[in-house]
Amino acid sequence: MYDSFSVLVGGKAGDGINEAGNLIARLMNRLGYRVYVEVDYPSLIRGGHNFSIVRCAREKVGCRTDRLDVVMALNDETVERHAHRLGGGGTLVIDTGSVKGVAPDEAAGPEAGEPDNDAPSGSTEVGSGSSGAAEQGAEPKADKPQADGERGDAGRDDGRIVMGVPIAAILKELQAPPVMRNTCLLGAFCRIAGISWEILEDTIRQHIPRSLEKNLEVARRGYEAARQRETLASLDLPALPVMNGNEAVGLGLIRAGCTAYVAYPMSPSTGLLHFMASVADDCRLKVVHPENEIAVILMALGMAYAGERAAVGTAGGGFCLMTEGVSLAGQAELPIVIMVAQRPGPSTGLPTYTTQADLHFVLNAGQGEFPRLVVAPGSAEEAYYWSAVAMGLAWRYQTPAFVLADKAVCEGSYSIDIDALPPLPEYDVPLWDGVSPYRRYARPDDPGAAGTAGAPDDVAAAGTAGESGDASTGAPADAAAAEPVDVPGDATAAGTAAAEGSTAPSAAVPPGVSPLAFPPLPGEIVKVDSYEHDELGVTTEDNTETVLMEEKRVRKWCALEEEIDRLEAVKVRGDADAPTALLCWGSNGSVCREVADELGLRMVQPLVLSPFPTRQFEEALDGVERLICVENNVTGQLVKLLRLHGFDVDDAIRRYDGRMFSLEELTTGVKEVLQ
Amino acid sequence: MSDIADLDISGAGSRRPQPADTDGDAAPLTYAENTWCPGCGNFGILNVWKTLIDELADNGVPRERIVVVAGIGCHAKIADYLNLNTFYSLHGRTVPVATGIKLGNPELTVIAHAGDGDCYGEGLEHMLFAAKRNIDISLMVHDNGVYALTTGQYTPTSPRGFRGKSTPGGSAEQPINPLELALAGGATFVARSYSRGAERLRQTMLDAVLHKGFSLVDILQVCATFNNLYSYYNERTFDMDDNDPSSRTDALNRIGEWTYGGDGRIALGTFYRSAADTFDGAFRDIDRSSFDREAAVRDLLARRV
Repeated sequence: MYDSFSVLVGGKAGDGINEAGNLIARLMNRLGYRVYVEVDYPSLIRGGHNFSIVRCAREKVGCRTDRLDVVMALNDETVERHAHRLGGGGTLVIDTGSVKGVAPDEAAGPEAGEPDNDAPSGSTEVGSGSSGAAEQGAEPKADKPQADGERGDAGRDDGRIVMGVPIAAILKELQAPPVMRNTCLLGAFCRIAGISWEILEDTIRQHIPRSLEKNLEVARRGYEAARQRETLASLDLPALPVMNGNEAVGLGLIRAGCTAYVAYPMSPSTGLLHFMASVADDCRLKVVHPENEIAVILMALGMAYAGERAAVGTAGGGFCLMTEGVSLAGQAELPIVIMVAQRPGPSTGLPTYTTQADLHFVLNAGQGEFPRLVVAPGSAEEAYYWSAVAMGLAWRYQTPAFVLADKAVCEGSYSIDIDALPPLPEYDVPLWDGVSPYRRYARPDDPGAAGTAGAPDDVAAAGTAGESGDASTGAPADAAAAEPVDVPGDATAAGTAAAEGSTAPSAAVPPGVSPLAFPPLPGEIVKVDSYEHDELGVTTEDNTETVLMEEKRVRKWCALEEEIDRLEAVKVRGDADAPTALLCWGSNGSVCREVADELGLRMVQPLVLSPFPTRQFEEALDGVERLICVENNVTGQLVKLLRLHGFDVDDAIRRYDGRMFSLEELTTGVKEVLQ
Repeated sequence: MSDIADLDISGAGSRRPQPADTDGDAAPLTYAENTWCPGCGNFGILNVWKTLIDELADNGVPRERIVVVAGIGCHAKIADYLNLNTFYSLHGRTVPVATGIKLGNPELTVIAHAGDGDCYGEGLEHMLFAAKRNIDISLMVHDNGVYALTTGQYTPTSPRGFRGKSTPGGSAEQPINPLELALAGGATFVARSYSRGAERLRQTMLDAVLHKGFSLVDILQVCATFNNLYSYYNERTFDMDDNDPSSRTDALNRIGEWTYGGDGRIALGTFYRSAADTFDGAFRDIDRSSFDREAAVRDLLARRV
């Protein structure tokens, strides 16, 4: 485990827990720490139990630890559910105005308000009587028990203390609004962590500009009410931006030319809508929130027809409504980026929790066969990079591109360093030359068509459909008897054109791609069609034309497969030569990387799931004798996908209670598998 | 057959793509073969388009700025037939597609053609929201009271008792009055026309397209095969000449005189028109010429340190 420091802030919904967590994260970030914030909250506006865990380390982190250093409780439930996670020397901070089940070990600072009359004296035991399962709901699958052995067995003699801060009294005395609770907590945290008042003041000035003087006053009182327990040294590392996955997706889209965002609110994708709306003016975005998700995707496709680089975002339920639009994008060859933020289903499921159960839904949504890109980022940095790639490839190949995220990535906050990423590929969009008569679905690379010199070898051998039917006499085409056309996943199609180690995009106009143009075009027309169509975009039911268009779309598909092979579509981390590998996708990337580092394992994470990066995946598994697949779903969706591509795994570790794996849980789970 | 004697059904063209048909050619129609039934009211609407293109040009809308969006159904074949920019979309989804095109490029003039099952059934909410937003698009509904391409079922505007293949005992539902709904939604232009009477239809469609804001024209379009209402409409339709299109109350009264069934007189013309801000107005004047994406990204990141 990386050397890290974890603080949990817990309270009722409406207490501003997320904000408090984010402020602590920003503060630690300014000290040079790399931070990760996991937020846990139920689907309601007031009440319930919310908590936010901030983990800080020298290395980039993206998962929580069970062991906590500081717990800040705004209610009794926080104490009951989380205080037992405090490690030796840990500090439980309670708001003496709202926590009654436990009393502070010592009086609050001299300027503290009224005494805490209700607290039963002597009830200062930390961690007793709380249910281990309560904190994270049901434990993972029974045959993969998680690390929990160290819970609750440390007594008061290990240096843990309870510290009281009279937040309510301070706010009342200063006539500050309840929302400033967070500022008070932040002040107390800084004192506990040994962070100087100057750094705190600086952070507040930058991130809480409203009612600045009052906030500073409240923070000061929180600071003074607490006592130093740690000395978190400032690291000799540059401070990085802190961003959640939703924002990082938006940033990547904007970087890659996004000009419009259309969405209907749905957890956990709503943050992207809020982000895009908040930066719309600065980033020249058209942001629309229509009547439902059907309108969302159809509007976005209308925008794409007019030349706007549009993106949409939703969760599984909203994506159900979008599927007819996905298929339309495939048939009409309209570019669009769709972020699907997974949350547990079926149906409404657990709206504010996480899952990886929509992989096959996204891979298969929409009738008919057409190319689609599916990327699955597992952190804010990956969300930025792969969302930009998705936008670029959607437009280069005129087809839907998915950013398959989940609640953990979308609402988790990470330190983000875009300069640590490989340079973003700049994808050209093949545009109409303005000279030849415009045909929206032109197929200059048809087999047998004039000017096919540029067609790659693997499509030159495609079916002879062009000669196989006689539409004028109505004679049936014998396309079925023709040599089958290459399809994605064929050994002949995969990797034939990928330049070794090169990220340079492919030829000017990839196979199957028709140059784009947008109305108004004097003297020309732009026709798109949801029916099968001819090159101009006029509906056809002709069998020969149908075969040619199906094969055009498949050529794009094969070309897209080669295109993703130019990227690092499969990430290998940990010990790249280890014979045992952890395999994962999406948000499990961070926790698997850390476990792999700790246990000396290889970690393999496909970032692209469609077209599947077969060649790279094979390479990543070279020398692997044992493959353990880690997923947040009950049926093993990545395992199923791998089987389609001729791979199999040896073991599986799955969690499907809506929560992410903690570092300790996964470490124990992997150790047990390896025993 | 006298009912359809004045219809031009000569929309048929050659079957195979011929480059000359579209290469800068100002012909109103493509080579697509016309497959509407003889006597279909859709011919009347298509014929109006043949002159509407030039009329729009005379009114400052050159043909390359026209985009026609269609749903799915017999009406929608107009997307194939018109030698114009077209988006042949999905059943019920003409309005969101047309809205997206208009928001994507507000300089385009976007005209959505839809069917009654298409627009008042599958996609009703979109129409209400387009009216609510006052998006500057025009919606021409080919209202024939029957699903024709699926060979004859009742639609939202079929009268109670309609015997279709899904309601062999007669529909048990009241028809909706789409014009009342559009007005309730906030539409700023509401009209009814008839696929017969080219001059009336031409004028109404032209007015609707030139109207700034959301316009709905409910076109009584006869399906000669599954719901031949020529005689019914010929006996009951009349041109309004005494209504006040600036009055919502007057409009609602006139719209309510006929309930898409029964013996009421069927008023044709523009019931309501008013001026209001359009939704697309906020999407104009976005200047991206000097926008530096890399710098914008760096700036947003810097704000989050």
